Amino acid sequence: MLGLGKKDTLLLGIVAVLTILAPFIFNPFPVNSAMAQFNAGYPDLLQRFVIFGIFAIGYNLLFGLTGYLSFGHAAFLGVGSYAAVWMFKLLSMNVIPAIALSVLTAGLFAVLIGYISLRRSGIYFAILTLAFAQMTYALAYSVLTPITGGETGLQLALSDPRILDGAASAEGNLPVPGLFGLEMRDSVQLAVGDWLFTFSAGYYFSGLVMLLAFYLAIRIFRSPFGMMLRAIKSNQQRVNYTGLNARPYTLAAFVISGMYAGLAGGLMAAMDPLAGAERMYWTASGEVVLMTILGGVGTLIGPVLGAGLIKYMENIVSKINSDILHGWFAFMPDGLEDFIVSIIYPFIGKGWHLTLGIIFMLVVIFLPGGLVEGGQRIARLLRRRKSDKDEDAGQAKTEAAE
Amino acid sequence: MGILEVKNVNKRFGGLQALGDVNLSVAENSVHAIIGPNGAGKSTLLNCLVGKLIPDTGSVMFDGQSVLGRKPYEINQMGISRVFQTPEIFGDLSVIENMMIPCFAKRDGAFRMHAIESTATEQEIIDHAEQVLEELNMADKRHMQAAWMSRGDKRRLEIGMCLAQDPKLLLLDEPTAGMARADTNNTIDLLKQIRDEGKITIAIIEHDMHVVFSLAERITVLAQGRPLVEDTPENIKGHPKVREAYLGETA
Repeated sequence: MLGLGKKDTLLLGIVAVLTILAPFIFNPFPVNSAMAQFNAGYPDLLQRFVIFGIFAIGYNLLFGLTGYLSFGHAAFLGVGSYAAVWMFKLLSMNVIPAIALSVLTAGLFAVLIGYISLRRSGIYFAILTLAFAQMTYALAYSVLTPITGGETGLQLALSDPRILDGAASAEGNLPVPGLFGLEMRDSVQLAVGDWLFTFSAGYYFSGLVMLLAFYLAIRIFRSPFGMMLRAIKSNQQRVNYTGLNARPYTLAAFVISGMYAGLAGGLMAAMDPLAGAERMYWTASGEVVLMTILGGVGTLIGPVLGAGLIKYMENIVSKINSDILHGWFAFMPDGLEDFIVSIIYPFIGKGWHLTLGIIFMLVVIFLPGGLVEGGQRIARLLRRRKSDKDEDAGQAKTEAAE
Repeated sequence: MGILEVKNVNKRFGGLQALGDVNLSVAENSVHAIIGPNGAGKSTLLNCLVGKLIPDTGSVMFDGQSVLGRKPYEINQMGISRVFQTPEIFGDLSVIENMMIPCFAKRDGAFRMHAIESTATEQEIIDHAEQVLEELNMADKRHMQAAWMSRGDKRRLEIGMCLAQDPKLLLLDEPTAGMARADTNNTIDLLKQIRDEGKITIAIIEHDMHVVFSLAERITVLAQGRPLVEDTPENIKGHPKVREAYLGETA
């Protein structure tokens, strides 16, 4: 279906269902229960899941397929955000032209950076991209203040021209991004018993874009182009001596993944119309590397899982504080309670990076294929257990032979 | 005039004269072996032919065109395929994918952006790849990951990948180095088969005299970067200069 194999169609279907049902899935606890703070089903965070999912999917097209580790991808995200906000300021609050310009600008930017950086590979490539990203950050932060808003960032103003819908902004309120009248911050709430579910237009719009981006990524993975990229990762020497010019292939992959990053940046601006230089800081570039590795480099779904896990921890684990911990362990004797809390305390709140670091280490050491490999191992284990139950002796033999 | 003409090629690495006035003419559809003791400049010469190194002086003409200054992939597109000392294949890819890549390179040239169509729909490429695998008797391994194969099979695959491109000249750099006897014999048989079909010129660098004498029609002996003799295998066998170069004494 849609030019995909059976397995890929199934995967896309599962991701689509999960995306649609996410406001339920991530909201498993009643509003006033003690566990409610683990609910991640609010629009702001769900949007972040899918937007960073797009970012990581795109990054994986470069890193997962060609093996070129870029350490400056946040630059494209930032450029995308700026482009979108400028479109909001100058043309219209409609998100379509804004996102189109984000993708285009990030793509052009990627051509420039990629053309230079791809002259080197390995660590030198990583350093070159890092240098470019940091230069971009520095430019946005200071020199280019008229374009980027510098330290304060780029924001909308009432006086912006907005050629296409200038009349609407005369009311005195800042306009909000929308899609032909549907505002991105619009949401519908549904209360079922003690549960409260929020469905936001912005989330579903981003989710739809992510599904398209995911579909496109599958197509690229399964295309001859994707196979060439995997060949480049596997043995660049053989690629050269097979009459293939690796440079345009890697550049194309770099530009495509830059455009994905621009798309993510544009969506971020569409959800919240401001852009700041901190989006391009090198830690943001590092974060997408972590997401991809955590989820599974070179797998289709891995980067989305990695992005989800990191964003979940960043927003949920970081909100747990010592009072909450004391609440949880209140049933214990006082001394023991304090002891347990003092052990756990470094790993929560601002210490969530520590937890992330430990998870990252464990994954890299025990699951080099990321969360996806973990999932595969569990699936294999279950399958084996199932076949143990209802197998005959012959089946056992074939499995042993494998 | 041969398909490959090397004239007065010199290459220095600092104080070392790696190649000195090398002249070599490889006749079309022949098997030409280049032998010589370690450090004779065999690999340097080969690297000058495929664009990895550029000679200081001299000319290298292939099929009437100079190869100097061209990139390895351009030289390959001219019709020179190279087999490496250690098999250079795509270890992470399956055998059939390994074979499809040269087929794509043959059909589409050095670069084509085909990011949306599926590999599975490229029937013409798959057929071509399967046909080559069939000829190599490797069709049953098509879904195996290439890195898991034996050394001999990797070599076979690598030669097959070169053949899939329909090259005019096949360059082999010690194709049986470090191989078990059985694998060596398999490789010799494969190369004999190619030779006997008579469509491809083969230039081979080899240490193993068994391989050289079972395949070559002409042999050039290099010593200390200079061509010593060029003759038929029969004459090379007893040649005093060759013995001297190999044994380091007057025989």
